[in-house]
Formats: sequence, structure tokens, C-alpha cells
Amino acid sequence: MTWEPSPVAVERAAFRAGRRRRSFAVAALSTLVLVAAAVLVVVTSPGWERTRDAFLDVDRGLEVLPALLEGLWLNLRVWVVTVVVSLVVGLLLAIVRTTASPVLFPLRALVAAYVDVFRGLPLLLVLLLVGFGLPSLRLPWLPGDGVYLGTLAIVLTYTAYTAEIFRAGINAVHPAQVTAARALGLTRAQTTRRVVVPQAVRNTTPALLNTVVSLQKDSGLISILGAVDAIRAAQIAVTGAYNFTPYVVAGLLFLLVSIPLTRAVDAYSERRGWGATRPAAGVAR
Amino acid sequence: MSAADAPVAGLAVDPTAVLSVRGLRVSFGDHVVLERLDLDVAEHECVVLLGASGSGKSTLLRAVDLLEEVDDGVVALRGVDVTDPRVDADTVRARLGLVFQAYNLFDHLTLLDNLTLAPRLVHRRPRAEAEADAVAMLDRVGLAGREGAYPGQLSGGQQQRAAIARALLTGPDLLLLDEVTSALDPALVGEVLDILASVRATGTTMLVATHELGFARRVADRVCFLHAGRVWESGPPSIIDDPGTPELAAYLGG
Repeated sequence: MTWEPSPVAVERAAFRAGRRRRSFAVAALSTLVLVAAAVLVVVTSPGWERTRDAFLDVDRGLEVLPALLEGLWLNLRVWVVTVVVSLVVGLLLAIVRTTASPVLFPLRALVAAYVDVFRGLPLLLVLLLVGFGLPSLRLPWLPGDGVYLGTLAIVLTYTAYTAEIFRAGINAVHPAQVTAARALGLTRAQTTRRVVVPQAVRNTTPALLNTVVSLQKDSGLISILGAVDAIRAAQIAVTGAYNFTPYVVAGLLFLLVSIPLTRAVDAYSERRGWGATRPAAGVAR
Repeated sequence: MSAADAPVAGLAVDPTAVLSVRGLRVSFGDHVVLERLDLDVAEHECVVLLGASGSGKSTLLRAVDLLEEVDDGVVALRGVDVTDPRVDADTVRARLGLVFQAYNLFDHLTLLDNLTLAPRLVHRRPRAEAEADAVAMLDRVGLAGREGAYPGQLSGGQQQRAAIARALLTGPDLLLLDEVTSALDPALVGEVLDILASVRATGTTMLVATHELGFARRVADRVCFLHAGRVWESGPPSIIDDPGTPELAAYLGG
């Protein structure tokens, strides 16, 4: 049976379409006004000319771009390594911490202590302690390079965070799910692996993706240990030239990665129905 | 004359009815749940909706409460088309009461706060007044003295009675009940149905989706059987024992 919209339905559809057009026009206008006001304030400021020359020098920016891109490549590699290691190790730690076996008590205590310490320490401090403290031990097998030590420090801190996210996700799985799995005869380990962890991962994906995005930026902190990443490369370019444009370029490069990444994460969350853009899900209007 | 009360061929509502539905169509993607559905509920009338799971009973109640977007047709309350997008949905919902299958009490609030939330926030009643009414209403549904309890501390039947009290407290023009006993075990069904029968006795206009045939026989003024997206058969409760269509007979037999 085909449906021919009644005049009432047609009129309502037209009204809603008009509403949408008006909403769009209002949004466009308010955005335009806001941007225009911001530009006006900046351009008419007393120091605008000098600021422009020192921070927005296009020629200088192009000149330093290759060095900064090379630095960014390092950031991206560090980012991928830290993401993979802290997600995998974080999940393992969370599983260990949520086990009930008495044999594993020392391990649980150790994990709890590790998480407490590294979640409580500022990342910058961990970087400095690892970057300068570990080499002073003069261990022959320990690489002294800032890249490795910096990556290690970031991993130490972020693994503590991801372990806690996973733990919260595991604890949030409804007890009835475990009961059902055990009633089917699955062992404790099988229940964890096949029922609890998959649900925990699904529940915590938005929070974890957030962590992934923030790792991308924090990979720049290895620069304080002398690793020549995008930030360090910009610092080198600024030194002696009295032109701060490289910092702006480095910032743009980071945004070039992180903005598409956050958009992709949002789109993914939206598709999976975790979107924050629907305040009243389940209510039509 | 606004678009809301323009007479439309085939969609003319009954202005004297509390609820008048004409030509309602609701679909989810390709799945059409309600199609050309007509229904009237008169003042002080209790209409019971029967129908198999998936026949659209809940969808109809949700559409009446403007919780579902309708493709076509008119839902009119006292002759006013509320499906018109120009109508403020919040104001409409403030005049209706809806009780859910799963109670939907706010778990973080006591019974008293559950009951007084809408009277205070939506109807702007002073706290003392709203609380006095809430205490009286809880007494009416057999929950006297449980004002301070949280939903989690109550049985399913008690929670559902509290949910009915919450819906009644704002004095709705129409009370919508969506399979309110389906989540309860048989021992608790009776206490909830008794409360509904007493609510019915006070003349509250009700539209009830249920599978409880005994309840339909006991309190319904009229029974409407939903099938294939529309009211397939309707009549006095006696049609339950003497169905006029093979579809209703099949539903009752199965």
C-alpha cells in the first residue's frame, strides 16, 4: 500500500523545511558576526603590525616548514607507539586489577600502586625524572636517547589512565551478564575474555578515543628531553632569528592532525549512537 | 483561521473528544507501524488497546504524547491539533500523564521528590503545596509513609504504583498507560490493577495498552484491537468474549 501524504502532512513538512532554513541562516549570520568582531579586535590592536611580522611571517613559515614536518613525523611515530602500548598494557592491568583470585593479590596491589602513583604525578615531572633520572643509573642496555625515554615516560603516565578507564568499563558491565555466562558453563577466564572485556571495550570507547586524541598532542612533550620533534624544531628555528612564526606553523601542523582526528572520532561515536549532539534521544520534539 | 483548525477532508477530528486521532501514520525507516489509524477517547472514557506485541500500541501512546514524529495524520486534544509543529510539545505533554512499562522512576530521587518534580518545575506549584498533594496521592496508591524511600528500595508493584501516582499528580486531561503490568509478576499485577480501577472510578480519562483481558473486561468502556497498523475492531468489552473478526479471535486464542 503506497502512502500519499495528506495536505496536512505536506504543509507540516514545508513548515519544518522553512524552520530548518531559518535556523541555518541564523547560525550563519551569528557565526559571521562573531568572526568579524574577533578579526576587528585583533587587526585594530596597537601591536598588530609588530605581532604580524613576528608571528605570521609567511616567507619564514615556508622556510621552516620542511624541518617542522620532519619533526611532526617523529611526533606521529611516538604517538602511534604510545597509543598501542598504553591501550594494550592498560587493558591487561585493568583485567589483573579486577580479578578475584587470591594468588594474584600481590599483582593487584602492585597495579593499584602503579596506577595511584602515575595518575597522580604531572606528566612533565615524569618526563623529567625518567629523562634525566634513568640515564644517571648508567645502565648499559638503556637507550639514553630523549625519544625513547620520552616515549617511555608518556607510556607510563597514559597506561595508568587507560587502565583506570578500562577498569571502570569492566566494573560497569552488568553482573547479570557474568551470571549468564557462568550459568552457560563458561569459566571465569572465558567469561572475562568473551563477555566482560568486549562489553567493557565498547562502553569505554568514547573515553579511550579521547585519550588517543590527547596523546597526539602530548607526544610533543618529548621535546623537553631534546628530541627534535615539531615543537623542538620550531624552538631551534626561533632561536637567533627573533621570529616566532615557526611556533605558529608547528601549532597549525598539530591542528592539521588533531582536528580531522577529533572529527573522525565524533562521527564514529555519532554513528554508534553515543553522540552528544542528541540531547533528548527518544523524544521527537 | 490557523492551519491547526482548518478542516481537512478525511482528517476532521471530533472537537468534543479529549483525544481524537485521524489518519495517523508512524513509521520507522521502511517499517510502517501505524497506518491510517482513527481513534477517539471521550471525556471520562476508559479505552483499552489490545493487540499483539509489535501491533503499535506503545507507538500510538508515544505518538499521542508527542514522543514520536508522525509521518501523517492528526492527533487532536480537545479539538486542537497538537501534531502541528507550531504547537509547543512541552505544554502539550504537561497536560498528559504517561506511565511506562518499566516504571521509569528517577532512581536518584525519593518518592516524594519523584512526585513533586513536575508539579514544582512545570506547573510552578509551591513546594509545601506540591508535597502535601504528593503525600495524599501516595496514600491513595497504598504507599503512605514511604515518601522518603528510593525507587530501588521498593518492589516492582510499589514502584509502578508510585509511577501512577506521579502521572496523576499533575491532574492530566488524559492518562496514558503503556503495558504497566507487563514487567510485574502475577502476584503484583493485582495491586496495580486495583489502583487503576480506583483511578478509573474517579472519572479520569484513560487510554490503556495492556494484555490483561480481565482488566479490560472490568474497567474498559470500550476495547480497541490494533492490527495491521489500525483499529481493526472496536466495541464494548464483550467483544473479548465474542470477537467479530478472525484476527481478534486469533489474538485472543493465541
